[in-house]
Amino acid sequence: MKGKKKTIFLAIYFGLLFLPIYWMINMSLRTNADILGTLTLYPEDPTFRNYVKIFTDSSWYSGYINSIIYVTINTLISLTVALPAAYAFSRYQFVGDKQIFFWLLTNRMAPSAVFLIPFFQLYSTIGLMDTHIAVALAHCLFNVPLAVWILEGFMSGIPREIDETAFIDGYSLPRFFITIFIPLIRAGVGVTAFFCFMFSWVELLFARTLTVTNAKPISAVMTRTISATGLDWGLLATAGVLTIVPGALVIWFVRNHMAKGFALGRV
Amino acid sequence: MNKWGDNKAWFLVIPVLVFVAFSAIIPLMTVINYSLQDILAPGKALFVGTEWYKKVLHDYRLHDALWRQFLFSALVLLIEMPLGILIALAMPKKGWGISFSLVTLALPLLIPWNTIGTIWMIFVRPDIGLFGAAINNLGVAFDHTRRPLDAWVTVILMEVWHWTPLVALLAYAGLRAIPEVYYQAAKIDGASSWKTFYYIQLPKMRGVLTIALLLRFMDSFLIYAEPFVLTGGGPGNTTTFLSIYLVKIAVLQMDLGPGGAFSLIYFLIVLLLSFIFYQVLQRVGKGEKV
Amino acid sequence: MTLEWMYWTLPTAIFCIAIFLALTGMTIWQTVSPSVERRGFLPIPTTPGDRLFIGLVSALYIQLAWLGLTDLSLWIALLVGVGWIVAVMLWG
Repeated sequence: MKGKKKTIFLAIYFGLLFLPIYWMINMSLRTNADILGTLTLYPEDPTFRNYVKIFTDSSWYSGYINSIIYVTINTLISLTVALPAAYAFSRYQFVGDKQIFFWLLTNRMAPSAVFLIPFFQLYSTIGLMDTHIAVALAHCLFNVPLAVWILEGFMSGIPREIDETAFIDGYSLPRFFITIFIPLIRAGVGVTAFFCFMFSWVELLFARTLTVTNAKPISAVMTRTISATGLDWGLLATAGVLTIVPGALVIWFVRNHMAKGFALGRV
Repeated sequence: MNKWGDNKAWFLVIPVLVFVAFSAIIPLMTVINYSLQDILAPGKALFVGTEWYKKVLHDYRLHDALWRQFLFSALVLLIEMPLGILIALAMPKKGWGISFSLVTLALPLLIPWNTIGTIWMIFVRPDIGLFGAAINNLGVAFDHTRRPLDAWVTVILMEVWHWTPLVALLAYAGLRAIPEVYYQAAKIDGASSWKTFYYIQLPKMRGVLTIALLLRFMDSFLIYAEPFVLTGGGPGNTTTFLSIYLVKIAVLQMDLGPGGAFSLIYFLIVLLLSFIFYQVLQRVGKGEKV
Repeated sequence: MTLEWMYWTLPTAIFCIAIFLALTGMTIWQTVSPSVERRGFLPIPTTPGDRLFIGLVSALYIQLAWLGLTDLSLWIALLVGVGWIVAVMLWG
């Protein structure tokens, strides 16, 4: 392909990529009566009523707060337990290391639907149903392996001589790890946190099954609205637009490192 | 292998093992137990041996869902792989365009899956959606809630829209890794751009493309939230994929026994796929030929 | 907290304990005398741990295929499966 043709092709593709998202933004700026009345390519009479409604109605905005709470807990847990394990996998050879690594990976690939029934029973039994911590723990199933996998990739890129020098200088393993090693793989920790955040944020099945009212996430609020009678399209579109915002914000911060995460094939 | 042999490293792995065992091994053992019993009432169960497995393996709706799943994955791969490579080839090699393209490509990947379903549900509706209205104005009666073919077109369009960027990002990463000398050599030889692609770029992208192929195959094999929101598995059962069918049995009908047996069979299929995936990845990582 | 919701039965308990013991035994064996990778009839180089895993899982596939495709007794499939695990462990 020649240069000009390439640009045109890419422009068309990006246009098609934006179109569905644009359409949802368009819906979110109109009232339901307006949406059902006429089909217009842009909001002729833009209104922020839907946004105001979501930010003032607690059954809507508490969904966002619940999601953010369990996603944050999950990201913290995943990083804390994955950092030492990823170090072990990247630096040491021990009995069963490859087998455990593979077993962790299978959990990332497992169909979540398989774990639904036992999770429901398990969390009911230990009295964690409808709490943020239940969803956060359930998401560890795929996020901890993911975190170990990505972090191991970044850690293997750091030369081993750095560890050896530090140990000769009398650093203990924990002190070396916290004061020298983690700052070295800052970017990797950031990318990992980003992916944990994202995968916990986009997940629907566990979050919906393990919550009733107190910890109900925004995704569940949305799917329940769809089945309700008298569907308000404007409101639904607004809720959708607001779920994209966190992702879009975070992409911007990790854009230079993101390509590497994808390139390792570790997503 | 120049790692330090040291079994003390086990202690560093223990926290991960505890967490993942809690959320993977306990549920898995529970599913095994369910799959071998008929749970009549809470606390009352009858041991039925392999009955459920027999029932599930002979369930024609499961066979349908399985074939549907393979067809879906195959179609999606056939569209996404070439399209992704084309996009990667067209992407700029320097300047501000790189950042812009990368961010744009990543955007669909980071939208919550149920929002993806919502976006497309709105987009293809004949009354309020741009796509549905436009195509109906062209004289094609398009309705994804009534006509199976339209539902399939919609689900595949959505999947292609959602995940082609991943293939493109991977292919782009592979292209960037090709040293400039290769292109210069091709230029001296007077190779056409097609020949450059076929003899230089494609072989060099083999590793990343294998990763993309496997990732896309596995994730499309597990798809749940997007078609669930978009079509709910309908019309009829025509877009009921494996996960949707499983959730229907296990959660909506609360048939724990057949649900458990189904889960384990599904899990074993995916286990085989991940094993192949892992072996391939190990070789790609070592720079061997796949 | 009780374990009642897990619906344990004797056969499944024996099955899980057997797998657990096999894994523990394998770990101890490998710790005491680590063995090297080798190539057998399987297409990839494997350690005894890999072969145990491959054997166990593929035996499960054999059981499922047997159940889905034939009406013969599952005990035959069990024998085939055990034979297969032994074969993979020895020559895989």
